[in-house]
Amino acid sequence: MVYIIAILSVIFLGLAVMVISRMASVVQTASGPVDEDRIGMSNRLNAGMMVVFFVVGLIAAIWSFLHARQFFLPEAASPHGRHTDFLFWLSMSIITVAFIVTNALLFFFAWRYQYRPGHKASYYPENHKLELIWTVIPAVVMALLVFTGWRAWRDIMAEAPENAQVFELVGKQFNWIARYPGVDNNKLGAFNYKLIDSNNETGIDYTDESSFDDFVSTSELHIPVNKPILLKIRARDVLHSVFIPHLRVKMDAVPGMPTRFQFTADKTTDEMKNITGNPNFTYEIACTEVCGQGHFSMRIRLVVEDEASWQAWCKEQKPLLSSSPELASRIPANLKAKAAKYLSAPETAAPADTTTASIVKNGETVATASVR
Amino acid sequence: MATVAANSATVAHAEEHDHHEPQSFWRTYIFSEDHKTIAKQYLISGIFWSIIGISLSVMFRLQLGFPAMKLDFLRPILGNWINETGKLDPDFYLALVTMHGTIMVFFVLTAGLSGTFSNFLIPLQVGARDMASGFLNMLSYWFFFLASVIMLGSLFIETGPAAGGWVIYPPLSALPQAHKGSELGMTLWLISMALFIVSQLLGGINYITTVINLRTRGMSFSKLPLTIWAFFLTAVLGLISFPVLLSAALLLIFDRSFGTSFYLSEIYIKGEALPNVGGSPILFQHLFWFLGHPEVYIVLLPALGMTSEIIATNSRKPIFGYRAMIASMMGIAFLAFIVWAHHMFVTGMNPFLGSIFMFLTLIIAVPSAVKAFNYITTLWRGNIRFTPAMLFSIGLVSFFISGGLTGIILGNSALDIQLHDTYFVVAHFHLVMGAASAFGLLAGVYHWFPKMFGRMLNEKLGYVHFWLTFIGIYLVFFPMHYIGISGFPRRYYAFTSYDFTKNIFADMNSFISLAAIFTFTAQWIFIWNFVYSMFKGRKAPQNPWKSNTLEWTAPINPGHGNWPGEIPAVYRWAYDYSKPGAKDDFIPQNVPYSQTPESNLPHENELIGLEKEIEAQNLNDQFKQPH
Repeated sequence: MVYIIAILSVIFLGLAVMVISRMASVVQTASGPVDEDRIGMSNRLNAGMMVVFFVVGLIAAIWSFLHARQFFLPEAASPHGRHTDFLFWLSMSIITVAFIVTNALLFFFAWRYQYRPGHKASYYPENHKLELIWTVIPAVVMALLVFTGWRAWRDIMAEAPENAQVFELVGKQFNWIARYPGVDNNKLGAFNYKLIDSNNETGIDYTDESSFDDFVSTSELHIPVNKPILLKIRARDVLHSVFIPHLRVKMDAVPGMPTRFQFTADKTTDEMKNITGNPNFTYEIACTEVCGQGHFSMRIRLVVEDEASWQAWCKEQKPLLSSSPELASRIPANLKAKAAKYLSAPETAAPADTTTASIVKNGETVATASVR
Repeated sequence: MATVAANSATVAHAEEHDHHEPQSFWRTYIFSEDHKTIAKQYLISGIFWSIIGISLSVMFRLQLGFPAMKLDFLRPILGNWINETGKLDPDFYLALVTMHGTIMVFFVLTAGLSGTFSNFLIPLQVGARDMASGFLNMLSYWFFFLASVIMLGSLFIETGPAAGGWVIYPPLSALPQAHKGSELGMTLWLISMALFIVSQLLGGINYITTVINLRTRGMSFSKLPLTIWAFFLTAVLGLISFPVLLSAALLLIFDRSFGTSFYLSEIYIKGEALPNVGGSPILFQHLFWFLGHPEVYIVLLPALGMTSEIIATNSRKPIFGYRAMIASMMGIAFLAFIVWAHHMFVTGMNPFLGSIFMFLTLIIAVPSAVKAFNYITTLWRGNIRFTPAMLFSIGLVSFFISGGLTGIILGNSALDIQLHDTYFVVAHFHLVMGAASAFGLLAGVYHWFPKMFGRMLNEKLGYVHFWLTFIGIYLVFFPMHYIGISGFPRRYYAFTSYDFTKNIFADMNSFISLAAIFTFTAQWIFIWNFVYSMFKGRKAPQNPWKSNTLEWTAPINPGHGNWPGEIPAVYRWAYDYSKPGAKDDFIPQNVPYSQTPESNLPHENELIGLEKEIEAQNLNDQFKQPH
């Protein structure tokens, strides 16, 4: 790249010298007489440049494409991501053909039909058949692309399956907070933005007993591999947008309007280390909706691991209620007893309930406001 | 109809029409009601704004391309926005991005392009003395001027200008405590844009009225040059969509200043839970993009219209598919209103709506493809003269194709998930909307400069300017697609926080920045040429491009009322180039068929009988209206 820049700089320098010398000559000839028919050398030069530009440009485009290809669409680790990647390259190949053909015609015609003395252009104002052809062909191609794209979109945006594992990601200036449904009931508790304070950053509502075992993290989101994930997304202050490049996930976080994205990650972080050949590989979550000064660094790590180690990890985590016992004052009297085990015994033993059957309709209270 | 024209015409001149009192300097050059002067005012303002707008982009390209660079040398301009370590302030980076977008989209490519050429060409090409209302026209410019002053002023205030992106999504833009750029800078942005919208509406009403009411004898809609069709449809688009932006801005002003909750709900910020509930940030996005998407075509259609005219003239061929061109512009103008939510696929909007908008969006590819093919076919078997205007028009077609094609990917909601808000989007719209429209503007200046100033721009410098700009813009935006496909998000101050962006494409970003600086530098050739030729250029001949449209029948330096004596009548369409049998390769619109028996097509001979009728028509001459 350094060499290219060097070569280009030399070319540009040469052109600059040329321009300056031209300017000097312009000043001299500016007051010269008007010459009506002076189509000549410069017309041929410009016509020739059209073809040169196209050929050199095409070579540069192909070379740079091959050069940059290694970084395109980083390894997809979700089934829907591989599907959209396929559609991307399908569309890309169609538009590449259209790009080359139309640009080739444009520049070739410009060169081929340059001014020739004594020649007259052909009077060719319309041709309905041609118009029809190039209306119908794009229409058919578009119909194909719309149809495949629509099916993919429908599948991606479909309702999450019943057994999906729920997580919540809350955006704030300038970090993400991950909330887990906890190990006891696997349900996210209700929340209310008015309950947010420095102890309770996501505004967990402790009048809902599903909240008791919820725990939060600002550094990592751990998810199990090969299991449908329902990511519930909201924002505390301004718009943010969850972007997980390797999983092809993107969805805005909107204050006052919870959103969601369902996906399955089918490669663990360790597998990705092998695939990418990068021993330090880690999934990352970024923000793609401008949210202020720290927008460019709202990073949170995403760890994809197999189900067993994921559950083991979850069990090591302390519910927020245990780490911030002062929140207990918000628990209504009738639920105090149920909350007791999180408050008295920090080393909570997890119940045997490792199945996910416990997701019932109650857990959906959080999602009532989410859009479909 | 007569009353419309009469009302407006009363201001400028009295009963006697043939000579006019010389007006004072102020009325001639500053508060002028003459469409030609107003057009030049718009053009020069637009050039001024484009220098500012592009300079801002060069500043943030320095940050993106050379993150380690010490920017102390910018301190004389940017002051404390360069911090002690010589780095650009991250808040100001966002301000630069925001102001670059706002300035280029609204002040350069809307006011500078549409304002200049709609004003200049509509009366001259339809055969009118002036705009329907010279006074409203003058107001339009001065509202724009006021908006400009306020927007420019906001660059210099202590908390900096608006900085939430040119789309100013609330709540970020609504909450001063969220962001430095949401303080006074945002207030000024909103005031400036409100005035700007007023200016656009005054202009738009005028353009529409003039095209409908003040066409000369014989100038039916089916004989209008494509430029006028484009300006007309653009004005309609603006008239329908700008008021929606105004209401969006007003509601935002209420949210910011009067405690309403149109866009605000359930917000906890800076240790405080705000009382606002029930609003929706998505509402703003719908309102914004209801303007924002037509805005793309407000910017692009005039450029396409002028390009049609320039390509036909310089290919010495009729534009291919005149009616298809009009139909596709109408199709684009209509579809422009029903595709806005493709900017919002992943905002949490109902996915079903996403499907609908994907479908409607991809339909737009069809009329766009028709236009591109028609341009190419117009070149086919032409006799092309590469004037600078022609070169820029060919460049426009290339950008329109290259940038338009990637829209097929972005308009596909499933593919947009990954690419939304990445550099792929930036590359896409800079090519199809930014560069294409800018080339339309430049092509227009090169083509109509002789009519504006009575002098020619230097052609050789025009060629150099074209090639450097054309190559430069591709060098900037073609590699930008690669960065986008790799997932780089836009509006990032630095790419160092993430592993997926950290160690790749640093050289590519440097390259893009160098290309941007190079392209910007090349524009000074044009500016020098423009200023120099305005005073010292070769004197223009009557019809330098041997063009058919009516403006070339007016005097080289048209005075008040454009034509001395009668306004010419129009008998034919604007594209009789290289007609078989004709002795010249062009027949201007004001030449009747009865004078060209050698080249008339059979059905045109029948039109000879109508010429008397055309000449006898009520002439919509503003000088002849009773007032």
